[in-house]
Amino acid sequence: MKFNLKIWRQKNAQVAGKMVDYVIDNINADMSFLEMMDVLNEELIRKGDEPVAFDHDCREGICGMCSMHINGRPHGPLRGTTTCQLYMRNFTDGETIYIEPFRADAFPIIRDLAVDRSAFDRIMQVGGFISVNTGQVQDANNIPVNKADADLAMDAASCIGCGACVAACKNASASLFVSAKISQYALLPQGRIEAKERVLAMVNQMDDEGFGSCTNTGACEAECPKGISLTNIARMNREYYSASIS
Amino acid sequence: MNKKSTKSGLFSTLIGKKMLMGITGLFLITFLMVHCGINMLIFANDGGVLFNKGAEFMGTNPLIRIMEIVLFLGIIAHIVDALVLTLANKKSRSVKYAHEKPNANSKWYSRWMGLLGTLILMFLIMHLNHFWIVTRFTDHIAHSELDKLPGQETMFEEMKEIFENPLIVLLYVASMVSLAYHLLHGFQSAFQTMGWNHPKYTPAIKKTGFWFSVIISVLFAIMPIAMHLGIIK
Repeated sequence: MKFNLKIWRQKNAQVAGKMVDYVIDNINADMSFLEMMDVLNEELIRKGDEPVAFDHDCREGICGMCSMHINGRPHGPLRGTTTCQLYMRNFTDGETIYIEPFRADAFPIIRDLAVDRSAFDRIMQVGGFISVNTGQVQDANNIPVNKADADLAMDAASCIGCGACVAACKNASASLFVSAKISQYALLPQGRIEAKERVLAMVNQMDDEGFGSCTNTGACEAECPKGISLTNIARMNREYYSASIS
Repeated sequence: MNKKSTKSGLFSTLIGKKMLMGITGLFLITFLMVHCGINMLIFANDGGVLFNKGAEFMGTNPLIRIMEIVLFLGIIAHIVDALVLTLANKKSRSVKYAHEKPNANSKWYSRWMGLLGTLILMFLIMHLNHFWIVTRFTDHIAHSELDKLPGQETMFEEMKEIFENPLIVLLYVASMVSLAYHLLHGFQSAFQTMGWNHPKYTPAIKKTGFWFSVIISVLFAIMPIAMHLGIIK
Protein backbone atom coordinates (compact mmCIF):
# COMPACT_ATOMS: atom_id res chain seq x y z
CA MET A 1 0.00 0.00 0.00
CA LYS A 2 1.06 3.56 -0.68
CA PHE A 3 0.28 6.57 1.48
CA ASN A 4 0.77 10.31 1.39
CA LEU A 5 1.66 11.31 4.92
CA LYS A 6 1.37 14.80 6.31
CA ILE A 7 3.24 14.75 9.60
CA TRP A 8 3.73 17.45 12.20
CA ARG A 9 7.44 18.12 12.70
CA GLN A 10 8.58 20.23 15.61
CA LYS A 11 12.05 20.26 17.19
CA ASN A 12 10.87 21.10 20.70
CA ALA A 13 8.30 23.09 22.67
CA GLN A 14 10.18 26.34 22.12
CA VAL A 15 10.18 26.47 18.34
CA ALA A 16 7.18 26.44 16.00
CA GLY A 17 6.42 23.30 14.05
CA LYS A 18 4.87 22.61 10.67
CA MET A 19 3.24 19.89 8.63
CA VAL A 20 5.71 18.06 6.37
CA ASP A 21 4.75 15.78 3.45
CA TYR A 22 6.15 12.27 3.07
CA VAL A 23 5.31 9.51 0.60
CA ILE A 24 5.61 5.94 1.79
CA ASP A 25 5.25 2.85 -0.39
CA ASN A 26 5.25 -0.96 -0.06
CA ILE A 27 3.36 -0.94 3.21
CA ASN A 28 1.83 -4.26 4.19
CA ALA A 29 -1.89 -3.96 4.97
CA ASP A 30 -1.41 -5.99 8.15
CA MET A 31 1.21 -3.68 9.60
CA SER A 32 0.12 -1.68 12.61
CA PHE A 33 0.12 2.09 12.32
CA LEU A 34 3.20 2.25 14.54
CA GLU A 35 5.00 -0.30 12.35
CA MET A 36 4.27 1.91 9.36
CA MET A 37 5.86 4.78 11.32
CA ASP A 38 8.85 2.52 12.07
CA VAL A 39 9.27 1.82 8.35
CA LEU A 40 9.10 5.55 7.61
CA ASN A 41 11.72 6.25 10.27
CA GLU A 42 14.03 3.55 8.87
CA GLU A 43 13.80 5.26 5.50
CA LEU A 44 14.43 8.69 7.01
CA ILE A 45 17.46 7.41 8.93
CA ARG A 46 18.86 5.75 5.76
CA LYS A 47 18.50 9.07 3.97
CA GLY A 48 20.25 10.82 6.80
CA ASP A 49 17.12 12.69 7.93
CA GLU A 50 15.83 13.02 11.47
CA PRO A 51 13.32 10.25 12.31
CA VAL A 52 9.85 11.25 13.49
CA ALA A 53 9.60 11.11 17.28
CA PHE A 54 6.44 9.38 18.54
CA ASP A 55 5.41 7.72 21.78
CA HIS A 56 4.89 3.97 22.06
CA ASP A 57 5.54 1.23 24.54
CA CYS A 58 3.53 -1.96 24.99
CA ARG A 59 1.97 -1.99 21.50
CA GLU A 60 -0.92 -4.06 22.81
CA GLY A 61 -3.34 -1.32 23.75
CA ILE A 62 -2.90 -1.26 27.51
CA CYS A 63 -0.06 1.06 28.44
CA GLY A 64 -1.58 4.34 27.27
CA MET A 65 1.70 5.54 25.79
CA CYS A 66 0.86 5.77 22.10
CA SER A 67 -1.01 8.85 21.01
CA MET A 68 -1.18 10.74 17.68
CA HIS A 69 -4.10 12.58 16.13
CA ILE A 70 -4.66 10.65 12.90
CA ASN A 71 -6.85 12.03 10.14
CA GLY A 72 -8.51 14.44 12.51
CA ARG A 73 -9.14 12.00 15.35
CA PRO A 74 -7.12 10.83 18.36
CA HIS A 75 -5.89 7.25 17.84
CA GLY A 76 -7.28 7.33 14.30
CA PRO A 77 -10.59 6.43 12.69
CA LEU A 78 -11.59 3.33 14.67
CA ARG A 79 -13.60 3.43 17.87
CA GLY A 80 -12.24 1.82 21.02
CA THR A 81 -8.78 1.41 19.52
CA THR A 82 -5.36 2.75 20.45
CA THR A 83 -2.96 3.81 17.68
CA CYS A 84 -0.83 0.70 18.25
CA GLN A 85 -3.81 -1.52 17.50
CA LEU A 86 -4.78 0.38 14.39
CA TYR A 87 -3.79 -1.44 11.20
CA MET A 88 -3.01 -0.12 7.76
CA ARG A 89 -5.86 -2.20 6.32
CA ASN A 90 -8.13 0.36 8.00
CA PHE A 91 -6.93 2.89 5.44
CA THR A 92 -7.33 2.89 1.67
CA ASP A 93 -4.42 2.58 -0.73
CA GLY A 94 -3.16 5.98 -1.83
CA GLU A 95 -4.91 7.78 1.04
CA THR A 96 -3.55 11.00 2.49
CA ILE A 97 -3.06 10.60 6.23
CA TYR A 98 -2.69 13.59 8.55
CA ILE A 99 -0.61 12.77 11.63
CA GLU A 100 -0.47 15.33 14.41
CA PRO A 101 0.39 15.30 18.11
CA PHE A 102 -2.32 15.44 20.79
CA ARG A 103 -2.80 19.18 21.05
CA ALA A 104 -3.34 20.90 24.39
CA ASP A 105 -1.34 23.56 26.15
CA ALA A 106 -1.29 21.25 29.17
CA PHE A 107 0.48 18.67 26.95
CA PRO A 108 3.56 20.55 25.70
CA ILE A 109 5.25 19.01 22.69
CA ILE A 110 8.54 17.27 23.44
CA ARG A 111 9.36 16.63 19.80
CA ASP A 112 7.28 15.96 16.68
CA LEU A 113 4.40 13.71 17.77
CA ALA A 114 5.61 13.06 21.32
CA VAL A 115 3.88 15.17 23.95
CA ASP A 116 4.53 15.55 27.66
CA ARG A 117 1.53 14.16 29.51
CA SER A 118 3.00 14.50 32.99
CA ALA A 119 0.13 16.89 33.84
CA PHE A 120 -1.86 13.66 34.31
CA ASP A 121 0.81 12.34 36.68
CA ARG A 122 0.65 15.49 38.76
CA ILE A 123 -3.14 15.19 38.98
CA MET A 124 -2.70 11.60 40.19
CA GLN A 125 -0.06 12.67 42.70
CA VAL A 126 -2.43 14.99 44.54
CA GLY A 127 -5.10 12.36 45.12
CA GLY A 128 -5.17 9.44 42.73
CA PHE A 129 -4.46 6.84 45.39
CA ILE A 130 -5.68 5.47 48.71
CA SER A 131 -3.57 5.70 51.84
CA VAL A 132 -3.06 2.22 53.23
CA ASN A 133 -0.80 1.50 56.16
CA THR A 134 1.25 -1.53 55.40
CA GLY A 135 1.02 -4.52 57.68
CA GLN A 136 -0.40 -7.99 57.48
CA VAL A 137 -2.10 -8.86 54.23
CA GLN A 138 -5.85 -8.53 54.70
CA ASP A 139 -8.33 -11.07 53.57
CA ALA A 140 -9.48 -10.03 50.09
CA ASN A 141 -13.13 -10.14 51.03
CA ASN A 142 -12.83 -8.40 54.38
CA ILE A 143 -14.73 -5.37 53.14
CA PRO A 144 -17.87 -6.33 51.24
CA VAL A 145 -18.28 -4.48 47.93
CA ASN A 146 -21.50 -4.28 45.99
CA LYS A 147 -21.04 -6.12 42.69
CA ALA A 148 -22.59 -3.34 40.58
CA ASP A 149 -20.29 -0.76 42.19
CA ALA A 150 -17.28 -3.03 41.76
CA ASP A 151 -18.09 -3.34 38.05
CA LEU A 152 -18.45 0.42 37.61
CA ALA A 153 -15.19 1.00 39.50
CA MET A 154 -13.47 -1.55 37.26
CA ASP A 155 -14.87 0.15 34.15
CA ALA A 156 -13.53 3.49 35.37
CA ALA A 157 -10.19 1.92 36.25
CA SER A 158 -9.76 0.69 32.69
CA CYS A 159 -8.69 4.23 31.76
CA ILE A 160 -5.11 3.96 30.52
CA GLY A 161 -4.43 7.70 30.83
CA CYS A 162 -3.49 8.14 27.18
CA GLY A 163 -4.99 11.62 26.90
CA ALA A 164 -7.20 10.98 23.87
CA CYS A 165 -10.06 12.63 25.78
CA VAL A 166 -8.05 15.84 26.05
CA ALA A 167 -6.99 15.60 22.41
CA ALA A 168 -10.57 15.10 21.20
CA CYS A 169 -12.17 17.79 23.37
CA LYS A 170 -12.66 21.17 21.75
CA ASN A 171 -11.77 22.68 25.13
CA ALA A 172 -8.84 20.33 25.78
CA SER A 173 -10.63 19.32 28.97
CA ALA A 174 -9.25 16.49 31.09
CA SER A 175 -12.64 15.82 32.67
CA LEU A 176 -13.00 12.26 31.38
CA PHE A 177 -9.58 11.18 32.65
CA VAL A 178 -9.89 12.89 36.04
CA SER A 179 -13.46 11.69 36.54
CA ALA A 180 -12.48 8.10 35.75
CA LYS A 181 -9.71 8.25 38.31
CA ILE A 182 -11.97 9.87 40.91
CA SER A 183 -14.74 7.36 40.19
CA GLN A 184 -12.62 4.25 40.51
CA TYR A 185 -11.98 5.19 44.15
CA ALA A 186 -15.25 6.95 44.96
CA LEU A 187 -17.25 3.82 44.11
CA LEU A 188 -15.38 1.60 46.56
CA PRO A 189 -15.51 1.67 50.36
CA GLN A 190 -11.70 1.84 50.55
CA GLY A 191 -11.78 5.01 48.46
CA ARG A 192 -14.63 6.72 50.32
CA ILE A 193 -12.40 7.53 53.30
CA GLU A 194 -10.44 10.19 51.41
CA ALA A 195 -13.08 10.93 48.78
CA LYS A 196 -13.64 14.54 49.74
CA GLU A 197 -9.98 15.59 49.90
CA ARG A 198 -9.31 13.63 46.72
CA VAL A 199 -11.92 15.28 44.52
CA LEU A 200 -11.04 18.78 45.73
CA ALA A 201 -7.31 18.26 45.19
CA MET A 202 -7.62 16.58 41.80
CA VAL A 203 -10.15 19.06 40.40
CA ASN A 204 -7.99 21.99 41.53
CA GLN A 205 -4.90 20.41 40.02
CA MET A 206 -6.76 19.79 36.75
CA ASP A 207 -7.52 23.53 36.56
CA ASP A 208 -3.97 24.49 37.56
CA GLU A 209 -2.58 22.40 34.70
CA GLY A 210 -4.55 24.54 32.24
CA PHE A 211 -7.10 22.06 30.94
CA GLY A 212 -10.40 23.53 29.74
CA SER A 213 -13.87 22.88 31.10
CA CYS A 214 -16.34 20.19 30.09
CA THR A 215 -19.11 21.32 27.76
CA ASN A 216 -20.61 17.83 27.45
CA THR A 217 -20.06 17.47 23.72
CA GLY A 218 -19.29 13.80 24.31
CA ALA A 219 -16.26 13.81 21.98
CA CYS A 220 -14.05 12.31 24.71
CA GLU A 221 -16.33 9.33 25.30
CA ALA A 222 -16.60 8.73 21.54
CA GLU A 223 -12.81 8.76 21.09
CA CYS A 224 -11.77 6.99 24.31
CA PRO A 225 -9.97 3.76 23.36
CA LYS A 226 -11.26 2.19 26.56
CA GLY A 227 -14.87 3.39 26.29
CA ILE A 228 -14.83 5.37 29.54
CA SER A 229 -18.36 6.70 30.09
CA LEU A 230 -19.51 10.30 30.52
CA THR A 231 -21.39 9.15 33.62
CA ASN A 232 -18.02 9.38 35.39
CA ILE A 233 -17.94 13.13 34.72
CA ALA A 234 -21.37 13.50 36.31
CA ARG A 235 -20.10 11.52 39.29
CA MET A 236 -17.01 13.73 39.58
CA ASN A 237 -19.22 16.84 39.51
CA ARG A 238 -21.50 15.39 42.20
CA GLU A 239 -18.51 14.48 44.34
CA TYR A 240 -17.01 17.91 43.81
CA TYR A 241 -20.15 19.87 44.67
CA SER A 242 -20.86 17.90 47.81
CA ALA A 243 -17.21 18.07 48.89
CA SER A 244 -17.00 21.82 48.39
CA ILE A 245 -20.18 22.71 50.23
CA SER A 246 -19.63 20.36 53.18
CA MET B 1 -3.48 13.02 51.05
CA ASN B 2 -1.90 15.93 52.81
CA LYS B 3 -1.80 18.49 50.03
CA LYS B 4 -4.41 21.15 50.66
CA SER B 5 -6.26 22.33 47.60
CA THR B 6 -4.98 25.66 46.39
CA LYS B 7 -8.35 27.27 45.75
CA SER B 8 -11.41 27.41 47.90
CA GLY B 9 -15.03 28.09 47.17
CA LEU B 10 -17.38 26.22 44.90
CA PHE B 11 -17.18 28.66 42.00
CA SER B 12 -13.41 29.03 41.98
CA THR B 13 -12.95 26.00 39.72
CA LEU B 14 -14.17 25.42 36.19
CA ILE B 15 -16.52 22.68 37.43
CA GLY B 16 -18.04 25.16 39.88
CA LYS B 17 -18.48 27.69 37.10
CA LYS B 18 -20.11 25.02 34.98
CA MET B 19 -22.53 24.38 37.83
CA LEU B 20 -23.55 28.03 37.66
CA MET B 21 -24.12 27.57 33.90
CA GLY B 22 -26.32 24.57 34.62
CA ILE B 23 -28.37 26.21 37.38
CA THR B 24 -28.95 29.43 35.45
CA GLY B 25 -29.72 27.44 32.30
CA LEU B 26 -32.36 25.36 34.06
CA PHE B 27 -33.78 28.52 35.62
CA LEU B 28 -34.05 30.14 32.20
CA ILE B 29 -35.82 27.01 30.97
CA THR B 30 -38.47 27.47 33.66
CA PHE B 31 -38.84 31.07 32.51
CA LEU B 32 -39.41 29.88 28.93
CA MET B 33 -42.22 27.65 30.16
CA VAL B 34 -43.95 30.51 31.98
CA HIS B 35 -43.44 32.90 29.06
CA CYS B 36 -44.76 30.39 26.54
CA GLY B 37 -47.70 29.52 28.77
CA ILE B 38 -48.83 33.14 29.08
CA ASN B 39 -48.31 33.81 25.38
CA MET B 40 -50.42 30.82 24.46
CA LEU B 41 -53.42 32.73 25.76
CA ILE B 42 -53.48 34.42 22.34
CA PHE B 43 -54.69 31.11 20.94
CA ALA B 44 -57.98 31.69 22.78
CA ASN B 45 -58.55 33.89 19.72
CA ASP B 46 -60.82 36.23 21.68
CA GLY B 47 -59.34 39.48 20.39
CA GLY B 48 -56.65 39.31 23.05
CA VAL B 49 -58.93 39.68 26.10
CA LEU B 50 -57.49 36.68 27.93
CA PHE B 51 -53.95 37.45 26.81
CA ASN B 52 -54.17 41.05 28.01
CA LYS B 53 -55.34 39.78 31.40
CA GLY B 54 -52.32 37.49 31.51
CA ALA B 55 -50.02 40.34 30.51
CA GLU B 56 -51.52 42.57 33.20
CA PHE B 57 -50.98 39.88 35.83
CA MET B 58 -47.35 39.44 34.77
CA GLY B 59 -46.82 43.20 34.78
CA THR B 60 -48.37 43.93 38.15
CA ASN B 61 -48.01 40.88 40.40
CA PRO B 62 -45.33 41.74 43.01
CA LEU B 63 -43.89 38.21 43.05
CA ILE B 64 -43.51 38.25 39.26
CA ARG B 65 -41.91 41.70 39.47
CA ILE B 66 -39.32 40.35 41.89
CA MET B 67 -38.77 37.32 39.67
CA GLU B 68 -38.23 39.70 36.76
CA ILE B 69 -35.15 41.05 38.53
CA VAL B 70 -33.99 37.53 39.36
CA LEU B 71 -34.51 36.63 35.70
CA PHE B 72 -32.28 39.46 34.50
CA LEU B 73 -29.64 38.46 37.02
CA GLY B 74 -29.94 34.89 35.79
CA ILE B 75 -29.46 35.90 32.17
CA ILE B 76 -26.50 38.11 33.00
CA ALA B 77 -24.89 35.37 35.12
CA HIS B 78 -25.43 32.84 32.32
CA ILE B 79 -23.74 35.16 29.80
CA VAL B 80 -20.85 36.33 31.97
CA ASP B 81 -20.14 32.79 33.15
CA ALA B 82 -20.20 31.57 29.56
CA LEU B 83 -17.67 34.23 28.56
CA VAL B 84 -15.35 33.36 31.46
CA LEU B 85 -15.52 29.64 30.62
CA THR B 86 -15.10 30.20 26.89
CA LEU B 87 -11.99 32.32 27.44
CA ALA B 88 -10.49 29.61 29.69
CA ASN B 89 -11.36 26.95 27.12
CA LYS B 90 -9.84 28.93 24.26
CA LYS B 91 -6.60 29.30 26.23
CA SER B 92 -6.28 25.55 26.69
CA ARG B 93 -5.29 24.88 23.06
CA SER B 94 -3.27 27.69 21.50
CA VAL B 95 -2.00 25.65 18.51
CA LYS B 96 -4.96 24.29 16.56
CA TYR B 97 -5.11 21.02 14.68
CA ALA B 98 -4.31 21.23 10.97
CA HIS B 99 -6.92 18.60 10.23
CA GLU B 100 -9.99 17.92 12.35
CA LYS B 101 -13.09 15.77 12.08
CA PRO B 102 -15.26 17.10 14.86
CA ASN B 103 -18.47 15.67 13.41
CA ALA B 104 -17.08 12.18 13.88
CA ASN B 105 -17.43 12.42 17.63
CA SER B 106 -19.86 15.19 18.56
CA LYS B 107 -22.94 17.10 17.43
CA TRP B 108 -22.33 20.50 15.81
CA TYR B 109 -24.78 22.29 18.11
CA SER B 110 -23.01 20.98 21.21
CA ARG B 111 -19.85 22.70 19.96
CA TRP B 112 -21.54 25.94 18.85
CA MET B 113 -23.44 26.77 22.04
CA GLY B 114 -21.65 30.11 22.28
CA LEU B 115 -22.69 31.14 18.78
CA LEU B 116 -26.26 29.94 19.29
CA GLY B 117 -26.34 31.79 22.60
CA THR B 118 -25.10 34.98 20.95
CA LEU B 119 -27.83 34.73 18.32
CA ILE B 120 -30.38 34.31 21.11
CA LEU B 121 -28.92 37.34 22.92
CA MET B 122 -29.25 39.43 19.75
CA PHE B 123 -32.83 38.27 19.47
CA LEU B 124 -33.41 39.12 23.14
CA ILE B 125 -32.23 42.69 22.62
CA MET B 126 -34.62 43.09 19.70
CA HIS B 127 -37.43 41.35 21.58
CA LEU B 128 -37.02 43.44 24.75
CA ASN B 129 -37.02 46.51 22.57
CA HIS B 130 -40.30 45.42 20.98
CA PHE B 131 -42.24 44.69 24.14
CA TRP B 132 -40.55 44.96 27.52
CA ILE B 133 -39.11 48.47 27.14
CA VAL B 134 -42.41 49.77 25.76
CA THR B 135 -44.29 48.38 28.78
CA ARG B 136 -41.82 49.39 31.46
CA PHE B 137 -40.50 52.71 30.29
CA THR B 138 -43.31 54.28 28.29
CA ASP B 139 -47.02 54.68 28.99
CA HIS B 140 -47.91 53.36 25.57
CA ILE B 141 -49.35 50.09 26.82
CA ALA B 142 -52.76 49.95 28.51
CA HIS B 143 -53.65 47.05 30.80
CA SER B 144 -56.91 46.31 29.03
CA GLU B 145 -59.27 47.54 26.36
CA LEU B 146 -61.37 49.28 29.06
CA ASP B 147 -58.75 51.53 30.64
CA LYS B 148 -57.13 52.42 27.35
CA LEU B 149 -56.32 56.13 27.08
CA PRO B 150 -56.13 57.90 23.72
CA GLY B 151 -52.98 56.87 21.86
CA GLN B 152 -52.51 53.77 24.01
CA GLU B 153 -52.57 50.19 22.90
CA THR B 154 -53.06 46.89 24.66
CA MET B 155 -50.23 44.36 24.70
CA PHE B 156 -52.17 42.29 22.19
CA GLU B 157 -52.51 45.21 19.78
CA GLU B 158 -48.81 45.99 20.17
CA MET B 159 -48.03 42.37 19.21
CA LYS B 160 -50.27 42.52 16.14
CA GLU B 161 -48.60 45.73 15.05
CA ILE B 162 -45.03 44.43 15.48
CA PHE B 163 -45.77 41.22 13.62
CA GLU B 164 -47.23 43.02 10.61
CA ASN B 165 -43.63 43.31 9.42
CA PRO B 166 -42.67 40.03 7.66
CA LEU B 167 -38.95 40.65 8.24
CA ILE B 168 -39.51 40.75 12.00
CA VAL B 169 -41.58 37.56 11.81
CA LEU B 170 -38.72 35.93 9.90
CA LEU B 171 -36.16 37.09 12.50
CA TYR B 172 -38.33 35.74 15.32
CA VAL B 173 -38.75 32.36 13.64
CA ALA B 174 -35.02 32.10 12.81
CA SER B 175 -34.17 32.95 16.41
CA MET B 176 -36.43 30.16 17.60
CA VAL B 177 -34.36 27.76 15.48
CA SER B 178 -31.27 28.96 17.40
CA LEU B 179 -33.19 28.50 20.64
CA ALA B 180 -34.20 24.98 19.67
CA TYR B 181 -30.62 23.89 19.01
CA HIS B 182 -29.32 25.72 22.10
CA LEU B 183 -31.86 23.84 24.22
CA LEU B 184 -31.29 20.56 22.42
CA HIS B 185 -27.81 20.48 23.88
CA GLY B 186 -28.38 22.68 26.91
CA PHE B 187 -31.30 20.89 28.51
CA GLN B 188 -29.65 17.49 28.94
CA SER B 189 -26.20 19.02 29.37
CA ALA B 190 -27.38 20.99 32.40
CA PHE B 191 -28.48 17.79 34.09
CA GLN B 192 -25.16 16.11 33.31
CA THR B 193 -23.21 19.10 34.64
CA MET B 194 -25.24 19.10 37.83
CA GLY B 195 -24.22 15.48 38.24
CA TRP B 196 -27.74 14.20 37.70
CA ASN B 197 -26.83 11.27 35.55
CA HIS B 198 -28.46 7.97 36.38
CA PRO B 199 -29.01 4.90 34.21
CA LYS B 200 -32.66 4.88 35.21
CA TYR B 201 -33.49 8.54 34.59
CA THR B 202 -30.99 9.90 32.06
CA PRO B 203 -32.69 8.38 28.98
CA ALA B 204 -35.95 10.04 30.10
CA ILE B 205 -34.18 13.36 30.70
CA LYS B 206 -32.68 13.23 27.21
CA LYS B 207 -36.04 12.42 25.64
CA THR B 208 -37.76 15.18 27.62
CA GLY B 209 -35.02 17.61 26.62
CA PHE B 210 -35.47 16.79 22.96
CA TRP B 211 -39.23 17.20 22.96
CA PHE B 212 -39.10 20.27 25.20
CA SER B 213 -36.66 21.97 22.80
CA VAL B 214 -38.74 21.17 19.76
CA ILE B 215 -42.17 21.93 21.24
CA ILE B 216 -41.32 25.17 23.01
CA SER B 217 -39.50 26.58 19.97
CA VAL B 218 -42.27 25.59 17.59
CA LEU B 219 -44.91 27.11 19.88
CA PHE B 220 -42.97 30.37 20.13
CA ALA B 221 -42.40 30.42 16.36
CA ILE B 222 -46.06 29.81 15.56
CA MET B 223 -47.16 32.92 17.47
CA PRO B 224 -45.67 35.64 15.22
CA ILE B 225 -46.59 33.60 12.12
CA ALA B 226 -50.21 33.20 13.20
CA MET B 227 -50.46 36.87 14.07
CA HIS B 228 -48.89 37.93 10.80
CA LEU B 229 -51.22 35.75 8.75
CA GLY B 230 -54.23 37.03 10.69
CA ILE B 231 -55.16 33.58 11.97
CA ILE B 232 -55.29 35.16 15.41
CA LYS B 233 -57.58 38.15 15.40
